[in-house]
Amino acid sequence: MASDNDSFKKGLEGLEAGGPRSPQEAEGPPPPAGGLPPHPSVDALRARFGDAVLRHELVAGDEHVVYVDRARSHEILAWLKDEPGHEYDFLQDLTAIDYGNGRTLQVVWQLWSISNKLNLRVKVEVPLDDLAVESVYHLWRASDWLEREVFDMFGVVFRGHPDLRRILMPYNYAEGHPLRKDFPLRGRFSRAEQTRRALSQKTEDHYSPRELEIAHLLGQTLPDPFNKGETGSQQGQFGGMGGGG
Amino acid sequence: MALRRVVYNVTRTPEMAPGGSLVHAPIVPVQGEGVEVHEDIAGEHMLINIGPQHPATHGVLRLVLELDGETVVRCIPHIGYLHSSFEKLGEYRDWNQVVPLTDRMDYLAPLIYNCCYAMAVEKLMGIEVTERCKVVRVICMELDRIFSHLLWLGTTAIDLGAFTVFLYTFQERERIYDLHESLTGARITTSSTRIGGMMADLPAGWIEQLQKFVDTFPRTLDEVETLLTNNSIWIGRTQGVGVMSAEEAINFGLSGPNLRASGVTYDIRKDRPYYDYETYDFDVPVGEHGDIYDRYLCRMEEMRQSLRILQQAIRRLPGGPINVDDPRVILPPKTAAMNDMESMIHHFKVVMEGVRAPVGESWFSVESSKGELGMYVVSDGGAKPVRWRVRGPSFINIAALPHMIEGALLSDVIAVNASLDIVLGEIDR
Repeated sequence: MASDNDSFKKGLEGLEAGGPRSPQEAEGPPPPAGGLPPHPSVDALRARFGDAVLRHELVAGDEHVVYVDRARSHEILAWLKDEPGHEYDFLQDLTAIDYGNGRTLQVVWQLWSISNKLNLRVKVEVPLDDLAVESVYHLWRASDWLEREVFDMFGVVFRGHPDLRRILMPYNYAEGHPLRKDFPLRGRFSRAEQTRRALSQKTEDHYSPRELEIAHLLGQTLPDPFNKGETGSQQGQFGGMGGGG
Repeated sequence: MALRRVVYNVTRTPEMAPGGSLVHAPIVPVQGEGVEVHEDIAGEHMLINIGPQHPATHGVLRLVLELDGETVVRCIPHIGYLHSSFEKLGEYRDWNQVVPLTDRMDYLAPLIYNCCYAMAVEKLMGIEVTERCKVVRVICMELDRIFSHLLWLGTTAIDLGAFTVFLYTFQERERIYDLHESLTGARITTSSTRIGGMMADLPAGWIEQLQKFVDTFPRTLDEVETLLTNNSIWIGRTQGVGVMSAEEAINFGLSGPNLRASGVTYDIRKDRPYYDYETYDFDVPVGEHGDIYDRYLCRMEEMRQSLRILQQAIRRLPGGPINVDDPRVILPPKTAAMNDMESMIHHFKVVMEGVRAPVGESWFSVESSKGELGMYVVSDGGAKPVRWRVRGPSFINIAALPHMIEGALLSDVIAVNASLDIVLGEIDR
């Protein structure tokens, strides 16, 4: 029983100091780049791109993160994808982080090389007054929707993306970018205003500009996907089961 | 507009046996030269909507199709009808409170999402869970892989017109629901993991119930396989439809059975093993054609391999505690919290302030039933995540849908969409 009590006391000491610390935090600031376990691609990147490779960090024990210059991100990512011996052919994820308090946004590419079984996380810091990075659409098609999602949620513009538009929020969404820290949890508009806007959507609001263009070329009236409007009965076959008809 | 070859099999005619009964010859799809019956007549294109409320879209997916006759010229998917901003909600909840959000994303394999989230946070905090917890989580994840594949099998078969399969698979799913319910108290929204362990240890008799399932399930699987694998309608609807080459599949970021059906051997359980998966004896099925049929075969085999893993996990399940012995992350037992002061205080702290994570970030991905499920958690040292990001496999798999169906027939759209095994809860988040 005494030993149980001891272990609880030991635990309580730690409580005041917060949760368990990661190993490198316990030893103080992260060691300089030379002291990190080497990562073949990071070393090669440094040799090839020099100053464009800003920082190299090791997080959560075994995850290598490399910060690169925003202006050369596309060049570096293209090199990582195609250079023999590295070949990060699989884009696992593309996302962004907003820490709030006016800190720069981070855009994150999580890469995996199927042939070499290597992981690498590439980050770019994007200042809030110029939220733009180069698109990697033509390197990895997987980035198509991921870039649209980051654009939708954070407002980062991916230059060179052929069809950058909102993906999760409606096309006429006017409240901003939800995952930014300055976005309130319940949205910027009142509930009444949000409801009013949702109910007053026009047929065109459900379509992307490209579809409107195609419909215009075909001379076709677009069906309302929710079966609203005067022509509801005629176009009912195209729409769903919801709506007033 | 490309011509489409229509092939009729007219080589077989029914024969009578000497006794007078009809000889049933298996009809196989013709592999030889096709006969062109007609050319597509260039007509007016039209735009139509499939969905958002359409049973064959498996949720509220909306596809806008430009059609030339029955041929799909262009497909533009619209998502977001189920958007609930889970990632934003997660930033307002402490680490343990995020768990219920995870299983609402993929309600077809909730335990995999619970486990993956807990694993990502534990990696961030540097917590090593107990041996028993590892094996229990492996059991949970493999069980839900079967759970999810069964739903995929049933609904895909329905989409292609085979209703019976659905009844078989949902009967088996019901048994997994029962296992879920006795383990977690819920059938779908399991929320069973906690940082550092599980909500509760396995209930009495659960392993026996699971063993019974493992013993009897292969029989159903065999029966289902006789319904589909050599069925000429099934083959005709699935072979050569929705083909993705290996290079395309990698470039589009497909993962899971969709990627492996194209011949790429990427399975996280083998490539970046977690929870001692390298010590389990199992094979990863890989297809070669990248069409719907190969995806089907991959998933069928994955269910059998999951059974092998389950069998081994049941055999090696160790005793001992299920939760880590760390009062900073795990609640004390109720009796201790009521009887001694330290436990009471620490119960209060964990509940009121939440578990604290160190400054940093961690990315963790597991092989979920639908593909690579990644969880990315970023902490600034507080009790809540700064960013909780989910790399949903369905989100990225469905993005390849237009590429797979442009140029195909309208009826193939349903088949290809079904074959990707999507869940809209996770696509829309």
